[in-house]
Amino acid sequence: MKKPQTLQTRGGTAAIELRNLTLGYERHPAVHHVSLRIEPGSLVALVGPNGAGKSTLIKALVGELHPLSGDLIGLSGKRIAWLPQHNGLDPSFPMDVHSMVCMGLWHRVGALGRFTAEHRNLCDQALAAVGLTGFESRGLDTLSGGQLQRALFARLILQDAPVVLLDEPFAAVDNRTSADLLNLLHQWQAQGKTVIVVLHDLAQIREHFPLTLLLARELVAFGPTAEVLTEANWARAQRMREPFDDHAPACEASPAAPAQMHEHSHEHTHPQTHKHATSEALP
Amino acid sequence: MSELAASPFMAWLLANPLLGPLVEFGFMRSALIGCVALSLSAAPVGVFLMLRRMSLMGDAMAHAILPGAAIGYLVAGLSLTAMTIGGVFAGLAVAVGSGLVSRNTVLREDTSLAAFYLLSLALGVLIVSVRGNSVDLLHVLFGTVLALDDSALLLLGGICAVTLTALALLYRPLVLECMDPGFLRQVSRWSPVAHYGFLGLLVINLVAGFHALGTLMAVGIMVLPAATARFWVRRLGPLLLLATGLALAASLIGLLLSYHADLPTSPTIVLTLGASYLLSLLFAPHGALRNRRPAASHLQA
Repeated sequence: MKKPQTLQTRGGTAAIELRNLTLGYERHPAVHHVSLRIEPGSLVALVGPNGAGKSTLIKALVGELHPLSGDLIGLSGKRIAWLPQHNGLDPSFPMDVHSMVCMGLWHRVGALGRFTAEHRNLCDQALAAVGLTGFESRGLDTLSGGQLQRALFARLILQDAPVVLLDEPFAAVDNRTSADLLNLLHQWQAQGKTVIVVLHDLAQIREHFPLTLLLARELVAFGPTAEVLTEANWARAQRMREPFDDHAPACEASPAAPAQMHEHSHEHTHPQTHKHATSEALP
Repeated sequence: MSELAASPFMAWLLANPLLGPLVEFGFMRSALIGCVALSLSAAPVGVFLMLRRMSLMGDAMAHAILPGAAIGYLVAGLSLTAMTIGGVFAGLAVAVGSGLVSRNTVLREDTSLAAFYLLSLALGVLIVSVRGNSVDLLHVLFGTVLALDDSALLLLGGICAVTLTALALLYRPLVLECMDPGFLRQVSRWSPVAHYGFLGLLVINLVAGFHALGTLMAVGIMVLPAATARFWVRRLGPLLLLATGLALAASLIGLLLSYHADLPTSPTIVLTLGASYLLSLLFAPHGALRNRRPAASHLQA
């Protein structure tokens, strides 16, 4: 059923499109009426003050959170590799680095398949790419925070997904390591992958990210980094009111109809995804 | 058994004062077979229980099974089938109920399981005190390892086979569910299969345990070998093997000790495991003293 996919078709089938997307918790919007389109093969920095809805947007993109209203198009059926802000990995688990990183090949071996020599080779290459050669048989509990983050990146390499989402991946990582990992992001972009990264270091963003999405619950700006990260935009983002207001009136722009949820159940994507989803969303 | 007894090895065993009773008496043989089956299945389950940080929940689950077994006992008397079905049913109800609550609400797994097992236990106590006979119920609590009949052995063997097969099939999802559950949910839909499948294995092993060792003692043969093995080895494979080996050894030693010293069997087996735990705690490389011992020398890098 699956055709062999080239890098172009894998990355190039559909853009990620947010249409009037509102996300939130208990009816309070954390991301409010955001519309934008991320072309395949983009390297995007997602920035904003604390509580701006960055992680919420990531959660919605991976399908863990359903929209309060609006549509999220272009991700159905795509494999997404995702590194959450607080990853649930238990570093005390009695396992070596190589075995943990190999799990990134799940999409190829599944629950029951055997790891072949080719798989182990790929794993060695991924470890080499993050500078962890020689750490194969070390236990997870012997790694430092930065080394563990490198190992998680090696697992991401093996996942080889067309869409990669990272939530503050450089939070506990030294400069050299983050330079290495940023390099990896550029390689992924060159391979046609869409990479979206939540970050706080503006200098790093200016240097490495062609596109920036500035979010402060509402969309402040999205476009080329130099045009987005201006004093005026940053000031607008900072004015966001952080606490939720329990007595806020219902938002008038929100439609009465229930939200169209994006699904991950389709095995394949097709060019009609947009129209298809739109026609379903309309009453 | 007769042709076995005729072999020279068996003749040697029979003459051996220490191991002799295992060959001489049918009830000792049955007890040993039952304990071997239980060790082979319960010890690996215990290792995953420990790695999921659910060791105490094994105890909670053992309580949750009790009322089901008691209901089975009230309906059909001291019937293996009725008590097994009752126990498995009550255990799965609590496992699935608490699993649904912890996966869909703000409550964590420990709290939701505690809530359900308390409900189950209270219900059991109510039923037993209204209708039951507390003397016979001691059988459920403390087991009858020296009175295992063929159908009980068949049940223990069956549960052992089911457990080992299921663990082999679920191994990779279960490892990920323990190590990085978020990642497992990201790459596959195995997470609920691993979670509920494992709780199912836990329940049937506790049911197996209460026929041999009693409900409360059954948790011991899960938790103690796993905890002891953790002091010695640092990888999952060796952990599973060592825990199983410890459970087997303690079963044999405990059984013989209880025969020769005329002690109750279940507590003797669990105390044998306890002794190995305490010794390992003191002397194993990853035990209590691991950072106190000054190393004779340290490496350059």
